[in-house]
Amino acid sequence: MRRGVLAVYQVLLLVLLFAAWHVLVKLEVLSAFFFGEPLQVLARIWEWFASGRIYPHLGITLLETLLAFVIGTLAGLVVGLWLALSDTASRLLDPYIKAVNSMPRVILAPIFAVWFGLGIWSKVVLGVTLVFFIVFFSVYHGVREVSPVLLANARMLGASKRQLLRHVYLPSATAWVFASLHAAVGMAFVGAVIGEYLGSAKGVGYLILQAEGVFDVNTVFAGVLVLTLCALVLDWIVTLAERRLLRWRPAGPGAAQS
Amino acid sequence: MSPQPALALHRVSCRFDARGGGTYVAIEDVSLSVAEGEFVAIVGPTGCGKSTLLNVAAGLLAPTAGAVRVFGEPLLGLNRRAGYLFQTDALLPWRSVRDNVRLGLELRGETDADRLADDWLARVGLGGHGHKYPHELSGGMRKRVALAQTLALDPKMLLMDEPFSALDVQTRALMENELLALWSQDRKSVLFVTHDLEEAISLSDRVVVLSAGPASRPVGEFAIDLPRPRDVSEIRLQPRFVELEQTIWQALKREVLRTYQRAEA
Ligand SMILES: Nc1ncnc2c1ncn2[C@@H]1O[C@H](COP(=O)(O)OP(=O)(O)O)[C@@H](O)[C@H]1O
Ligand SMILES: [Mg+2]
Repeated sequence: MRRGVLAVYQVLLLVLLFAAWHVLVKLEVLSAFFFGEPLQVLARIWEWFASGRIYPHLGITLLETLLAFVIGTLAGLVVGLWLALSDTASRLLDPYIKAVNSMPRVILAPIFAVWFGLGIWSKVVLGVTLVFFIVFFSVYHGVREVSPVLLANARMLGASKRQLLRHVYLPSATAWVFASLHAAVGMAFVGAVIGEYLGSAKGVGYLILQAEGVFDVNTVFAGVLVLTLCALVLDWIVTLAERRLLRWRPAGPGAAQS
Repeated sequence: MSPQPALALHRVSCRFDARGGGTYVAIEDVSLSVAEGEFVAIVGPTGCGKSTLLNVAAGLLAPTAGAVRVFGEPLLGLNRRAGYLFQTDALLPWRSVRDNVRLGLELRGETDADRLADDWLARVGLGGHGHKYPHELSGGMRKRVALAQTLALDPKMLLMDEPFSALDVQTRALMENELLALWSQDRKSVLFVTHDLEEAISLSDRVVVLSAGPASRPVGEFAIDLPRPRDVSEIRLQPRFVELEQTIWQALKREVLRTYQRAEA
């Protein structure tokens, strides 16, 4: 019941924001040229979906996002596990990982465009570089902090090195992967859209770029809104998967009691 | 010739690198043996090196000096004949209770793992709880799961590190009686660590008192000639129990006081 009330207020707040935007533009406190008009933004979104014109673009953007997300997450998981379990490798690679992580990787987008062309792969690679490190660090620290008692117990029960990996390290790392997936989904989107924005012939980022070229602020906002909605949906899917796979975890303070 | 003891530590010492450089001698020159079928309790002040001693017996920690023999053979690597009940929770949180009990059987490739696991769950009184996750159980129930997990592999000896210290008094007495009942069925060799003298006396055949650290070592050994089967809450009222407790407390008190003085210094 309380959750229902909260949701009503949340929707109300959104409507209020749009109303304020509308009124401020109508009263010419905000200039419609720079800030757009909410009704026209919504009309543009409606038109995109009604005509079906948005689908090929949205499809491409989502494909890039998903590929970046899946590849980046798997790579982060595998490399995170490997470095956490191999002292030599982690000590050897430590400065390189720190360097690559602190580098503003978005700058690499034009280089990726040259290397991988203007198709989807340059965007996917950009997304992967963003997603990878989030998952990697999470898994790396997670595995390093697996309770020594858990490991000792499994060893006393007869676990070999491989069995420790499979029955202790991997499940424990999975929990950490999920902790990072919400941030990772967002980053996969950022990679895809920025890649498109910097050079492409398709995708929502491309639509935004084109609209900016002709000072069509309403379309820019429409594109941003559509992307935001998609990101929310993906985040929600991650939450569902998390609830299913991490059922063993005690409900946190914020967990729903449904 | 008497048969080989199940576990024999011969002049075992353990040193650790201390934080501020230098070394910390946890246990020094400890000789100790557990006969087959014997229940030995180790008592000593907190931090004296009891867990260290158990880890050496389990093969989880190689001693700096000295030798460990298991049924007459020198111990190399892990002690495969031993089951270890840890002081803190060691269940895998992502496995259900049943799958936790199955763990050792599964690792071993046991084909009958399911039946054995259910069997052991019933024996520790958790028949209907197999599908739950560890966080859904009370501390006492988690200890039972850990006990079932260890006993399911039928180890020849049991190493127990203050297994009941985190439980409330009533649960504790229940668990102690259950442990005795399970133990009496096949009399495994047990090395039971505790800081609670009453617990040590009511469970064991022999109590070993460790001195305060550093360089802790046994300073007294007391045979417990109380009849079995025992009920831990009833036996505490017997005159012989009180007598034993007073005798052993004399030895233990000195070490506990030394630990306090050291902490205040
Ligand atoms: N891995 C370690 N490194 C450094 N010091 C240790 C280590 N393990 C134990 N110690 C020290 O050895 C002493 C004995 O520890 P422990 O065996 O856990 O005591 P107890 O179980 O009797 O409470 C403690 O002072 C502890 O600080
Ligand atoms: Mg201890």
